[in-house]
Amino acid sequence: MKITGAQSLIKSLEAQGVEVIFGLPGGAILPVYDPIIDSTIRHILVRHEQGAGHMAEGYAQATGRPGVAMVTSGPGATNIVTPISNAYMDSIPLVVITGQVPTGAIGTDAFQECDITGITQGITKHNWLITDVEDIPTVIAEAFYVATTGRPGPVLVDFPKDIAQTEVEWVEPPSFDELDLPGYKPQLDGDAELVSAAADLMAAAERPLLYVGGGVLKARGAEALLALAESTGIPVVTTLMARGAFPDSHELCLGMPGMHGNYTAITAMQEADLLVSLGARFDDRVTGRLDAFAPKAKIVHVDIDPAELNKVRRADVGIVGDARRVTEALVTASAGRSQVDRSAWRTQLAGWQAEFPLTYDPAEEGQALKPQAIIEALAANSPADTIVVAGVGQHQMWAAQHWNYDLPYTWINSGGAGTMGFAVPGAIGAKVGEPGRTVWGIDGDGCFQMTAQELVTARVEGIPVKIAILNNSYLGMVRQWQEMFYEERYSEVYLTPDLPNFVMLAESMGCVGIRVDRPEDVLPAIERANAINDRPVVIDFRTDASEKVFPMVPAGASNSDVVVHPTQRAGA
Amino acid sequence: MAEPFSGTTERTPVTHHILSVLVENKAGVLSRIAGLFSRRGFNIFSLAVAPAAEDERFSRLTIVVDAESAPIAQVVGQLNKLINVVAIRDMRPDEATERELLLATVSVDEEGRQDLLAHVAHAGASIVDFSSDAVTVSLSGTPAAADAFERHLEANYGAVEVQRTGRVALPRLNPPA
Repeated sequence: MKITGAQSLIKSLEAQGVEVIFGLPGGAILPVYDPIIDSTIRHILVRHEQGAGHMAEGYAQATGRPGVAMVTSGPGATNIVTPISNAYMDSIPLVVITGQVPTGAIGTDAFQECDITGITQGITKHNWLITDVEDIPTVIAEAFYVATTGRPGPVLVDFPKDIAQTEVEWVEPPSFDELDLPGYKPQLDGDAELVSAAADLMAAAERPLLYVGGGVLKARGAEALLALAESTGIPVVTTLMARGAFPDSHELCLGMPGMHGNYTAITAMQEADLLVSLGARFDDRVTGRLDAFAPKAKIVHVDIDPAELNKVRRADVGIVGDARRVTEALVTASAGRSQVDRSAWRTQLAGWQAEFPLTYDPAEEGQALKPQAIIEALAANSPADTIVVAGVGQHQMWAAQHWNYDLPYTWINSGGAGTMGFAVPGAIGAKVGEPGRTVWGIDGDGCFQMTAQELVTARVEGIPVKIAILNNSYLGMVRQWQEMFYEERYSEVYLTPDLPNFVMLAESMGCVGIRVDRPEDVLPAIERANAINDRPVVIDFRTDASEKVFPMVPAGASNSDVVVHPTQRAGA
Repeated sequence: MAEPFSGTTERTPVTHHILSVLVENKAGVLSRIAGLFSRRGFNIFSLAVAPAAEDERFSRLTIVVDAESAPIAQVVGQLNKLINVVAIRDMRPDEATERELLLATVSVDEEGRQDLLAHVAHAGASIVDFSSDAVTVSLSGTPAAADAFERHLEANYGAVEVQRTGRVALPRLNPPA
């Protein structure tokens, strides 16, 4: 059967089990948009290519399946560079298809030509320029294999227009086992001797911690983690990328470490004699000043990416392997070892938790809304399996701190790249992947204005996400730094609170818009939003601009110098 | 007199490593490797590329890396993440037999020519081209021999144009303990 290259591409995507593509057509990708009409794959037409990328990421984070985005050449391709970079930093399986000018025109500065494989070389696991129509099924299979296995990540396939228009005999794509990738062999099982050495260190450690990163979620390792923590009694910290990997309400959970982590999680890392890092990468937002980080701790480092071992902190035991499989192996190895008495450690941790809980000053009569209280109200009035998708900034940190995540895959955000504007398209993608669950996007007024137009996509495509804007009329995190570190010299951070009119903006995009100024209106607004399931809802919560995120480890400072909430400081 | 051309035998401090990298012969592979070194802040002293003898699907890159710019394990680890990189052999200088090729065109008049020929013969170099006022010579040898030969030419003759290939290397058969 002869088909076109465009048809071959769509059939190849169908063969990989793709159920949805987020995209926007244009000249070079035009031939591929014809067979989409006849495909089983749902296409969601975005309003900006950045939206397509973040939707695909939200979808992937919520479901564990690769997200797929398709855009045209030139500006279409460059507009999706930010999501690709975001996916690279957060190890999200993402397959991006870009149109390209015809092969004969490549290198001539043709209309809408750009070297997208060159541009994305440093922010993809791999990318391909298809030069032979017969390669399509194999390249697409390779793209999905590379994106989803090992340390997941983004890949890009550049697809010239003439290849799309060339006829070819359809050949079924090879299975993953049949692919010829001699330089790519992810190691899944940890070395047994190293696992045994790690289990020895764990059993003997008096002040150990499980330092859990996003790799545990990528590896579907939450159950194994729970078994490891409970069988050894070792407490757990979950990084920003791992919120929900271990239940916040579990007695062994210390919560989030890092720049805006809680006092106990941060301080426990500083005082630990052993850190067992599972799928984490000693990011600077976790370690603070590196030479002062966890000075007493030996390190067990488990990562599927061998290059992460010893990259930042030397590991005493470095284990290459899948976080779930190695965690399971550690459970087995620990079963034959008795753990030392750690009651002193547990007592110390409990003491810190009692003395330095996450806290904020509740709003007094007539004061503006407290953003932390809104997060708590949203959490208290939403189903347990609600998916929270945040943008980047203060609202993101409050959402990570004040929502209790007890289930995996309920928290999605832009961690490594810190991409403002992630929340709205990210929430839309998550809702597409998990249509039966409530999805709350928690956004700032600055972030919201970067990608809000995708709410048109959400309305048109019937994707009823809910967006809570914590509107403090500032680029709040920058404002916080200027207040604390630049002597309150506020430079280019004020965003007028009423421009745009968020309610009118939401309504103009076919969403329900609600504005909330007073504490007594918070709950009714949330209940109203939760009851609406036929269109997106946007709530404009007017919050206190002076609120800051605490605790805070100032940039470049040691974690031992964490700044707690003013009411918890000595003499307060 | 022959001393400078015998190459170094004593243990020199390790400031470089030689990475012999087998890659798939695919479009853009050199760019991927060069881009990786640049964005990760790893420094390259030299880079030699040729088809791999054993299999036409592969090429072999010999990369001399500044081992002070980054931990060598990190360089190897990041290189290994490139999908087109198939295998990496990491060698310290004292574990490797290193060779490179030098070509030099030297302006030389009738008077100086005898001296140059004697020197070329002594160094184990050879004449590969000549004209009435210039000679092109080639030397293959250890990097130290090439260094010394190049220094001698520059010190004793007028215009000298030198090109070097960068090193290739194989493990020494009797490495130091």
